[in-house]
This record gives sequence, structure tokens and C-alpha cells, in this order.
Amino acid sequence: MSENNYLVEACPLPIGQYDKIVMAHGGGGRLMQQLIDKLMLAEFDNDALNEKNDSAVVTINNARLAFTTDSYVVKPLFFPGGDIGKLAVCGTLNDLAMSGARPLFLSCSLIIEEGFAIDSLQKIIQSMSRQAKAAGVNIVTGDTKVVEKGKGDGLYINTSGIGVLDTPMNISPTMLQHDDVVIINGDIGRHSIAIMAEREGFKLEQPLESDCADLSGLVKLLLDGGIEIHCMRDLTRGGLATALIEISTTANKQIMLEEAAIEVPAPVRGVCEVLGLDPYYVANEGRFITVLPSTQAAQALTIMHAHSLGKRAVVIGKVDANSQAMVTLKNKIGTTRILELLSGSQLPRIC
Amino acid sequence: MKYIDEFRHQQHVELLATVINNTCTRPWTIMELCGGQTHAIMKYGIDQLLPTDITLVHGPGCPVCVTPLQAIDKAIAIAALDDVIFCTFGDMLRVPGSTKDLMTVKAEGGDVRTVYSPLEAITLAQQHPDKQVVFFAIGFETTIPTTAMAVYQAEQMGLKNFRLLVSHVRVPPAMEAILSSSENRVQGFLAAGNVCVVMGYQEYLPIAHKYQVPIVVTGFEPVDILQGILLCITQLEQGRFEVENQYGRAVRKSGNTTAQQMINRIFTPVTRPWRGLGEIAMSGFELNADYADFDAENYFQTGHITTREHEECQSGKVLQGILKPSECPEFGGRCTPESPLGATMVSAEGACAAYFAYRRQQSVTENNIQ
Amino acid sequence: MCLAIPGKIISILGEDAYTRTGDVSFSGLITTVNLAYVPEAKQNDYVVVHAGFAISLLDEEEAHATLASFDDLKSSQE
Repeated sequence: MSENNYLVEACPLPIGQYDKIVMAHGGGGRLMQQLIDKLMLAEFDNDALNEKNDSAVVTINNARLAFTTDSYVVKPLFFPGGDIGKLAVCGTLNDLAMSGARPLFLSCSLIIEEGFAIDSLQKIIQSMSRQAKAAGVNIVTGDTKVVEKGKGDGLYINTSGIGVLDTPMNISPTMLQHDDVVIINGDIGRHSIAIMAEREGFKLEQPLESDCADLSGLVKLLLDGGIEIHCMRDLTRGGLATALIEISTTANKQIMLEEAAIEVPAPVRGVCEVLGLDPYYVANEGRFITVLPSTQAAQALTIMHAHSLGKRAVVIGKVDANSQAMVTLKNKIGTTRILELLSGSQLPRIC
Repeated sequence: MKYIDEFRHQQHVELLATVINNTCTRPWTIMELCGGQTHAIMKYGIDQLLPTDITLVHGPGCPVCVTPLQAIDKAIAIAALDDVIFCTFGDMLRVPGSTKDLMTVKAEGGDVRTVYSPLEAITLAQQHPDKQVVFFAIGFETTIPTTAMAVYQAEQMGLKNFRLLVSHVRVPPAMEAILSSSENRVQGFLAAGNVCVVMGYQEYLPIAHKYQVPIVVTGFEPVDILQGILLCITQLEQGRFEVENQYGRAVRKSGNTTAQQMINRIFTPVTRPWRGLGEIAMSGFELNADYADFDAENYFQTGHITTREHEECQSGKVLQGILKPSECPEFGGRCTPESPLGATMVSAEGACAAYFAYRRQQSVTENNIQ
Repeated sequence: MCLAIPGKIISILGEDAYTRTGDVSFSGLITTVNLAYVPEAKQNDYVVVHAGFAISLLDEEEAHATLASFDDLKSSQE
């Protein structure tokens, strides 16, 4: 009997042995999930939180609202295709949109390191303002803290957001049905690799920009177009694979992907090949997947193709409700492998 | 010709799989000795294409699995020192030593840096003359020329703050150790293509002859691995035991002599322990006397560090292909990927961790057939 | 053991055998690679790169021969 077919891009590690936070706890993988489950979820424990969606859906006076928060620690602060400000606004708008909510208000909390250039701060604030205005959203409250030099890495931003659900639909992994299709709005890997290239000084034949973008407009088109969206997830830390594994686990249904359908741009492929990274696990900031009935796939694609952020939207997989929770990928050579959660984050390897 | 996609072509894959199935008439056990090949086999599901008669064993080909616990503990001890910048390939960052791993050392304030090339450590040494920059030199013959060049450059530049923690290993002695065991089940080998890029494959000729096993130098793309398996199986079916070169586009018989000269200039073969396998004669390297100043163990006096493995761990037998992971009494019970007892469960490419998910994959395959 | 990737030499810098480097392109990523171990390599050659070093020149004829062998294999099966 031959051996297996199991891929984890970084070595799995014995989770239980850490008594200090290590970088892997922020990687979006198993270690981070365990930390959240065992510490935050266990302590805070409530229905909305336990859904573990991108934003929490709560009901106040019969209005369904979505509420989310996110912190941004990206390095470098300015990168091809954006900056930490644009990221901070788009990221939170996207989290709201993933619940089907129309974003309304944002907060902006800054932790600034002593010595940070004010004109850099201005550029970032202007970037945030531009992005929010374009989305029709106001930044209505905020906070500013300054920490001593050496204690803050330049700038950290937290944004929280509130949106309203105009649709009565429950958009959550529990809504997945057999034969649903999984649609992605474009190619994968641009954000992570653009950031990495900028930070590490990689040269690229063609400049690569982050895909950082506000997806709320595209999502609204789908909702207004009458698409029965079962679930959405943006593909941030942990990438496409992690998002789908989480959905599959919560839904307790298998998701089957086709490698041939998933587009990986050449420079992303090149960097990943050289460093031994898997593009399915790298973060994107302007990409999401939506799971919906196969009968509506064609219509959804038509709607998405008409929007600048959906021009390369494509079906990449489907749901099998008759099988257990797992994400499988059919390779271009015809074999199938299971995608597993990373333990931490991917590290460049030589082996 | 771009050398990647052409060797992942579905039609070639299907053809090779068909021919392997047609050629194989009885059970055979083949070992590959390369973490990169294990990775490719898992990523592309190569085992799904093979007849059940072929058992593919993942041998001691990944530095995570074979770097001795003692070496990791020394790395951890050095990395924790003030005034040390400890550089390592990403692969080693989360391998547990006796009590912690390098990632924890970083969390505790150690200056631990992941690098892609040993030359980055040289640059760091130039930039930080007040620090000792130590590079964790693990890996097989593919990697040794790169660390050798780093030492050479350090010498040329007159760097006084660059050290190497050496834990390099050689493939042929490990192959012999496996083959000479009375419990050996391996009948044929896929030799690591990139190791042979550097060393050539002359060293395998006496091994193939002495132990009467076919050895096929194999590349890393799915087409390469399948062709390597086909050549190996064909030999086995025909009762031949030769050394063949499947990876002809990159490997020459005598290998890369420039690289070999640099290796010999800087390093000397020495007897080393392998995690799980014990000591194997002349299977490792140490710095030549001329370069002893660059040796981190000498400089930091780490000779006193001793360690002990979990006694229950049978990874040595697994690495030799003598034991299937599922035959180990601790497998799936006390020893899981979340709480491993040994390196083969820690590493994603370790046989035990790999086997752990095989059972899941098997149930998927069975479901899909129904 | 040994993640090594084929890439194309775009340009070469330096004369000294041991410090000669090349800009090598991997599907659009260009990295600076040490060419000490491929003294015969020229611009536009393909090399196998590991940990920042080119360790082998790729032989195009051999690559074609390997691929051509599959045609022979196919015929033998028919």
C-alpha cells in the first residue's frame, strides 16, 4: 500500500507546548485558531461571536446590523497598490460586506510611534478618507495614541465598522447546500507577494500591485441582482485554502476545488516556487469567494464580470453535502489532494 | 523550453502511470530519499496513480527529520545568547528541541532570522561587526556548496564574526545503512536529483552492485518522479540493478566538480548521528582545520549539551522503511501531529505525519469511487 | 531535500569566478544568483537555483530527449 497525499506547507508543530506568543500565533493557521478558541471564544462566549464570521450580525430594534473590527500592522506601510490606510478601510468594509451588510460607519484608531513623519501620516489619513468617501461611508469616531520610540513599529491602525443588512438572507457557512458552486472574483496572491517583494527587495519583471480593494460595491450588485448567496468570505490571512477550510468545517460539508480554474499570476507563481510557498495560503485583500446555488452561477458571473473587481470571476469548485468536512483540490494532472490548515504561517524553505 | 510545465504535462503523467501499471507484476518497495520528492509526491498525489503493489517509502531525506536533537539544542542555546544573530533556513524554525524550538527563542528575545541563502548571513555579519552571526548549516550535498561558499567568502573578507553550526549530511552512507540492516525491505531507490546535480552519481555504482538494488537519479516534477519509478520498476521486473539517470537535463555523471572542489576545500567527511538512525560512519561533515575558527561549536563551547529522545519513538525504523507508521504502538495515540514524539511526526514531510492524513485521503478516495 | 528551481539568466555581473552573479528570472521574479558553480553559464542559459546559487546548467538537448522518450513510450504501448 502506498503512502499518502497530505500537504501542509510548513511543519506542523506541537501546539500545546507554547507558553508565550510566537509569530505563528498571528499566522492565520491552526495555532491562531486554537488561541482564539481556547482563550477569546471560551471567555467571551456568546452566539454572535461563536458564529466566527468575518463580522458579527446582531439585531437591535428589529434592524440587523453587522459589526466588525480589524487591526493593521502591515510592513511596509506604503506598498505598490496602496498603503496601510487604504488597507485599513478596505479590509473592514470587506468584512462587513462578507456578511451581506451595507457598510455605514467606520472608526479609526491610531497607535503612532514617536518620530513618525507627519507628512507620512497625512498621506495615510488622506488615503483612508478617499477610500471611505468612495464607498459612501463616514469615519465617525477615532482615537489617537502615541507610544515611545521603539515601541510601535511606525504606525498601527485599528478600524471597526458597522453596516446594515438590507437583505433578510442569512449569509453563513451553515447555509451551504449540496451542489452549490464556489466563485472567486479573480486571481490569487497579488497582495502578499507584492508586499513581500517590496519588503525583501525582490525585482519583478512586471511590477506587481496589491489587489487591495473595497469589495462592498461588487457584493451589493450581487445582492441587488437577486443572487441567493449562501456564504461569502474574503481571502485575507491564510488565503483561499484557509477560508474554505473554515467554511467547510463549519458547514460540515466537503468543498471540491479544481486547480485548473484557479488563476495564479506569473510573478506570484515565480516567487512562491522559489521560496517554496503555496499560493493557496497567501493573503489577498481584494478577493473573496461566494458560495451560491449552481442554478444561479451563470447569472452571478454575468453580474460580476460587469464590475471592475469581478472581470475575471470564475467558478472554482463546488459543495458536496454527502461527504465529510474537508477541502479537496483536483490537480491539473488529475489527482486529488486534501488541503489542510497550516499550523502557523508559511516560511520560506529549502527542503 | 522552460523546464517546468513541460514536466507537469497531464498526458505524460497519464502515459507513465499506465505503463507503470502495465509493467508491475508483483509487489515492490521503493524508497525515495529526498524531502523535495516526498513533497512533490504528496502535492501531486503521485501515489494515487500507482498500482497498490508498489510501496513508496519516504526515507530519511528531510533535514527536519534527520537533524539530531543535539544539534537543535545547540542551535537553541546559541540563538538565545545576547550579541548573537542566529540565521536559519525556515525549515528548522519550528522543529522542537528537548524543551523548545527556535521560534520560541525568538519570542523570548533571541535574534533569530529566517534566510533564503547563507550569503544573507554573510551580509548580516558585515553589517553587524559587533555581533556574532551564526548560520545553521543543515542539509544534504545540494546545500553544502552554498555554506562552503559562505565560509570561503567570510575568509576572503576577513570576517571575524561569522560562524557556522554544522549539521550537514551525506546520502550514500545513509543508503548503505538502510540496505545493510537485517530488517531492510527496500528493493530500489529514487536518488535525490539535486544532490546528484552536485555530487554526480558515481558513488551509487558500488552500492547498486553490492546490494543489488536499482538506483534511479530522479528529478522533482511529477513527470520526473513517475519516470523514475517506471525505470526502477522495469529494472526490478527484469532483475537488473543498475544506476540510471532520469534527470539528465540537470545531472551529469561526475556532478558539479567546481562545487565539489569547494566542498572539499572547506569541509571534511566525519561520522555523525542521524535523528532516529543513530551514528552512521562518515555520513556528515565538519569544517577543515584551516577553517576551524568558523566553527560555532568550538567558539561557543557547546560540547556539553546532551539530549535524549523519547524512547517510545520508532522513527528510525520508519525512516528505514522497516516499520510502517501505523505499526508503531504510539501512532495516533500518544503520538500525533499536534503532540509528536519524534521528528517524523513533526515534519510535514515526515512519514508518520504524512501517513496520519493518508487515512483521511483513503476514505475520500473510497467515497469518490462509490 | 533541495528545493531548486529552473530560471533563465537575464544578465551577468562581475568577472571573478567566485563572486560572479546573474540576474535570474523565475516566471517574472528576478533574483540575484551566485554563479560561482556554473562558470560556463552565459546570458539566456537556464540554470537550477538552490539557496541563492546556481548549481547546474540545464541541458536543453537532454530535456528534449527526456520528453521525446515519452513519444517512444507511447508508441510501444500501442
